[in-house]
Amino acid sequence: MSSFGRCAACKYLRRKCPQDCILAPYFPSSNPQRFACVHKIFGASNVTKMLQQVPEHLRAEAAECISYEAIARVQDPVYGCVGIITQLQQQIVQIHSEIMKTKGEMVAHHSAHPQHHTSPQQQGDPSQFISIHQQEQNNFQSDKHLSGNF
Amino acid sequence: MGGNSPCASCKLLRRRCAKGCIFAPYFPPDDPHRFAIVHKVFGASNISKMLQELPVHQRADAVNSLVYEANARVRDPVYGCVGAISYLQNQVAQLQMQLAVAQAEILCIQVQQEPMAMPSPVVPMDGSDDKSFLLHNNLPQYFNLASNSSNVTHESLKRESFFGHDMVS
Repeated sequence: MSSFGRCAACKYLRRKCPQDCILAPYFPSSNPQRFACVHKIFGASNVTKMLQQVPEHLRAEAAECISYEAIARVQDPVYGCVGIITQLQQQIVQIHSEIMKTKGEMVAHHSAHPQHHTSPQQQGDPSQFISIHQQEQNNFQSDKHLSGNF
Repeated sequence: MGGNSPCASCKLLRRRCAKGCIFAPYFPPDDPHRFAIVHKVFGASNISKMLQELPVHQRADAVNSLVYEANARVRDPVYGCVGAISYLQNQVAQLQMQLAVAQAEILCIQVQQEPMAMPSPVVPMDGSDDKSFLLHNNLPQYFNLASNSSNVTHESLKRESFFGHDMVS
């Protein structure tokens, strides 16, 4: 990028934008806020290191995800992306519970009106729904504490 | 942290651990990895600034979430914890479809059995919350997050939860 067409990062950092600036392809000058958030949360040098560690064909996605995380953290300084994950998990539990309730109503209907013909898919085996429910519950165990060790 | 033992941050940064060290309550010396990883991803000075901008009673949760994000980013340098978000958004979409199908089936059954009866109200599925922009604006389509390294992050979600209490109040 030429010296008068600096990327958002180099503009923000008030430095010359070299031809091979690693940040330039992912932080265009048209969106200065995006880099501002990324710099505030991660720091320009950390972001540069992170992008350098990633193969070039994946850097665009990496930059997008880093930006997403930074914006989430600016909007929610306590929980950031983790808050979004928690809310999604809660949403899944809620929707799942609605599904089980609805399927329970279906089973009740079939029991109350056995003379009505239903397709094989509609005939509910409650134990099948319970095992599916259990499997999905196991996917999101909520009774363990967060561990810093992965 | 007073006394003889500097906190994990001051140990790593090789400096004196002052009495009012902002890191000390959250980075005890017996878990050096915890600070090492957030320092690697965010940097000590950024963490310090973030904590200073928060009331004291929220700093523990902030540190825990930063540790989680840092770990996710180290394990998956491309997608970090965004991979998990994409996975969960897909789950939500699939479950919403299942719910819609189930509710439609109930409606059909009710119509067949009692054509004049009023159907049950459809449960609204969209919640409104402060994170509506980030929750409801799914990630851009060029994220091929369904089948990639974010599987590691998915496994971590299956093994653990985030905190021992409800974070979102």
